[in-house]
Amino acid sequence: MDILIFSLFNGILYGMLLFMLSSGLTLIFGMMGVLNFAHASFFMLGAYFAYQISKFVGFWPALIIAPVVVGVIGAIVERYGLRRVHKFGHVAELLFTFGLAYVIEEAVQMIWGKVPVSYHIPEVMNFTLFSLYGLEYSAYRVFMLLVAVSMFVALFFLLTRTRVGLIIQGALTYPNIVASLGHNVPLVFMMVFGLGCALAGLAGVLAGNILGTEPGMAIQLGPIVFVVIVIGGLGSLNGALVASLFIGIMQTTAVSYDVSMNGFLNVIGVQVDFDSAWRMLVDLTVAQISPILPYLLLTLMLIVRPRGLFGVRDV
Amino acid sequence: MSTVLKMADVSKSFGQAEIIRGINLEIEKGERHAIIGPNGAGKSTLFNLISGKYKVTSGTIDFNGQPIHNRRPFEINRLGLARSFQVTNIFPRMSVFENVRCGLLWATGHRYSFWQLVDRQKDVQERTKLILEQLNMSSRADVPAGLLSYADQRALEIGITMAGGGEVLLLDEPTAGMSHSETDYAVNLIRDITAGKTLLIVEHDMGVVFDLADRISVLVYGQIIATDTPEKIRKNAAVQEAYLGTEAH
Amino acid sequence: MKTLLRKYGVWVAAAILFAVLPAVFTSNFALTLLCKMGVLIIFAIAYNMLLGQGGMLSFGHAIYFGMAGYCSIHLLNGMAEGMPYFPVSLFPLFGALVGLVMGIAIGYVSTRRAGTTFAMISLGFGEMVTAMTLIFVTFFNGEDGIQADRWVGPEPFGITYGPQIEVYYLIAIWCFLAMIAMYAITKTPFGRMSNAVRDNPERAEFVGYNTQRVRWLAFSLSAMFAGAAGSLHAINYEHIGFESVSAIQSGAVLFMVFIGGAGHFLGPIIGTVLLVFLDSTLADYTEAWLLYLGLVFVAIIMFAPGGLAGLIVMHEPMWKTDVRLLRKLFVPYLLALGSSLILLIGAIGIIEMIYFITIIAVGRVDMHLFSIPIKVNEVTPWLVCTALIAVGVQGCRLSYPKVAESWNDAMIAVKARIAG
Repeated sequence: MDILIFSLFNGILYGMLLFMLSSGLTLIFGMMGVLNFAHASFFMLGAYFAYQISKFVGFWPALIIAPVVVGVIGAIVERYGLRRVHKFGHVAELLFTFGLAYVIEEAVQMIWGKVPVSYHIPEVMNFTLFSLYGLEYSAYRVFMLLVAVSMFVALFFLLTRTRVGLIIQGALTYPNIVASLGHNVPLVFMMVFGLGCALAGLAGVLAGNILGTEPGMAIQLGPIVFVVIVIGGLGSLNGALVASLFIGIMQTTAVSYDVSMNGFLNVIGVQVDFDSAWRMLVDLTVAQISPILPYLLLTLMLIVRPRGLFGVRDV
Repeated sequence: MSTVLKMADVSKSFGQAEIIRGINLEIEKGERHAIIGPNGAGKSTLFNLISGKYKVTSGTIDFNGQPIHNRRPFEINRLGLARSFQVTNIFPRMSVFENVRCGLLWATGHRYSFWQLVDRQKDVQERTKLILEQLNMSSRADVPAGLLSYADQRALEIGITMAGGGEVLLLDEPTAGMSHSETDYAVNLIRDITAGKTLLIVEHDMGVVFDLADRISVLVYGQIIATDTPEKIRKNAAVQEAYLGTEAH
Repeated sequence: MKTLLRKYGVWVAAAILFAVLPAVFTSNFALTLLCKMGVLIIFAIAYNMLLGQGGMLSFGHAIYFGMAGYCSIHLLNGMAEGMPYFPVSLFPLFGALVGLVMGIAIGYVSTRRAGTTFAMISLGFGEMVTAMTLIFVTFFNGEDGIQADRWVGPEPFGITYGPQIEVYYLIAIWCFLAMIAMYAITKTPFGRMSNAVRDNPERAEFVGYNTQRVRWLAFSLSAMFAGAAGSLHAINYEHIGFESVSAIQSGAVLFMVFIGGAGHFLGPIIGTVLLVFLDSTLADYTEAWLLYLGLVFVAIIMFAPGGLAGLIVMHEPMWKTDVRLLRKLFVPYLLALGSSLILLIGAIGIIEMIYFITIIAVGRVDMHLFSIPIKVNEVTPWLVCTALIAVGVQGCRLSYPKVAESWNDAMIAVKARIAG
């Protein structure tokens, strides 16, 4: 029981982190039809910038400055890169962001080296806030959760209560309508792309000191974020939230379960006594196959229902 | 005469909007049948229903006695019903020769063959050359189709459509956007190369319609209000009111 | 005779080239490089059957390459332990079969959709198989991969595949055959329709083709040739590791094909030869090689989506209509090239200096930039490089519109000739 609660809490935390990444990605996709392969790279940039900035002025200013810088870089990338590639079609845009992810990783290595940098949790937050069944919970994790939740609330208000938000929402459902409304579409695109990247950057600032800030962090998280937005439904913010929590909890709980097919078969009274190569299949535990599960879900979802759980239109 | 294409109570809705509202139409074998009507009457939608691009909401479409509604475009094409497009729809990166050849590969039975070189297939090569001659494009066979003039691309579009040898051809505004002389040329071309075939044609240019068609159907707001010979359509009061009255020259 | 030479001359030349290359480049290093190129050329052309010919962007095509490699290694090891003998020379056929079977299965579900969805499904499958390498340890052996000895069984004609040169000729022969086969496939009804589906799937449906079927077939055939390449890869290194099925290998082949040019048959070959060569030579000179590679890739997507081969092919209409049209392009091209070069030198200088400071020699200041001794803590080299970049950028801004203009003029002339 205690393990369940503990991993549930971790799952929610991880899920909210995924949501901070996937919300921006799904907004960008919904509006522009661009699947931003480099989204997790902006997450990584957020972490590195926070590390660098907090060296000079401390964590709290970095929490604000780093995401803004990442957002500006995102807007520049949209303005001078993506917009140019747009006329070659969505596959070219996908290729562009793929190349961009590669370049960002190499550039990060160039500037900060190949080994992890020592980006730490701020001292004021480095204490145990509460204990549950003997497991300690740090204040920083709770703070992370709070930021993520308030980001969701802010995003929700932005989309439902402001003029720009309404335009964005309109574009999510009817991609062709925005142009006819007379709004400056390229500008809106640039802002959305920048905002999405800034959100990813914010996630990087918050998570970089827990997950570790190193050049491989983008590649580790990138595909998972894709899984989240595909399952939630491309362009759907609610879907992204549900899918983030689902994947987050699934990932963290599955790892802690040592149940195998064989164990299950034993419980229902079936004895597996053959000793062949197939034996390893039934001996696999849930924890062992958990890395595959998200991708299995991704492909199944794309094949069976490409619009995802909450999506309004196909990929 | 026998009926080639038969539509019975065909309707099509997009959400709340009913674009095609219960169409009954029979196309006779060998006739040139034109469909006219004001913008937004549903002419292109009708073509898209017949050729399988859209699924009908209700009703049936039979081709030579076989139901073809709710079948996929390539299946309908294989039965011998080919269409052209209002917006030029060719393979711009391929040569003119290859464009026409793509139109007849399935019909000549080469299907998905990846074990025969297509240049060595005499039947394919000769039939393609023949069609290019009919189109007067033999000299430009190797030119990338995207580099052709607009009128030539329209002609190529028709060439691809009829290359497969389908007995029924659906031509969607074949002279759209052409000058007078180009239109005259295109009409003669269509008359020549579709000789002996059943032709269903959507057209805005009344000159073309009355020049080419054996029978005319008038489509207004998703319904056919009259089907008759050109002379009788010209005199039909309902048609004049609904359509010709506003556009007659 | 003349027509025969025109038709098959290229292939005869290619065969001769394959035969004499090891005699020209005799070092061990060169031989290793040639073997690697041969294997990857097959893989790259196979990948281009998807990307270039069929318009499908896959992020997981290494699955077929790598899985065929794993199966081949297992077959080698099995033979060493007494399984029935299968000639090592024919291993690519076995690899092709593995690739084909997997391609048919995975392709069936993947190719039901095109475009972005297809790309994402391929990513999903790629990640799934990569994750499996760490789980199914008996088959993949985790991060270590599996070793094997290619010197097994009888030695027909004295071929043992002990010496690398014998492996080279094995790869060369299969590469040659695969090139012919894949080139021929582009000239079949299926090959032509694969292009048609890429360019205009709607039209292809209305001339009687099931576009899903065409994509599926392209996918399966591509996987088959990728499998053949994978089994040669396994024989070449006598080892297979998880990276050969992973995104690393899938990304590498994408880079080679796209930089070389996906629109032309020669593109993947150009890209493979270039990248394999640069990868093993430049990597010794600069730490920044991978960064340059990424930047080149992005630049190609933005400015020359047809790749290097595309840059050449885009002049074909002019060259075919009137060679004189090309002459007018010469001066604008020269100016643009010069500006780009200045920009490049400046940018490379800055990147190299940063790498020197952060990675190569932390704390030291003396380095050689383009063989010029400089001190990285002085302001002059940074200023010079920045100035070069500024000059280069300004030059490009002035010269590239001229290039586009003169190219468009030439195209207008071509169109006029065609119409007239």
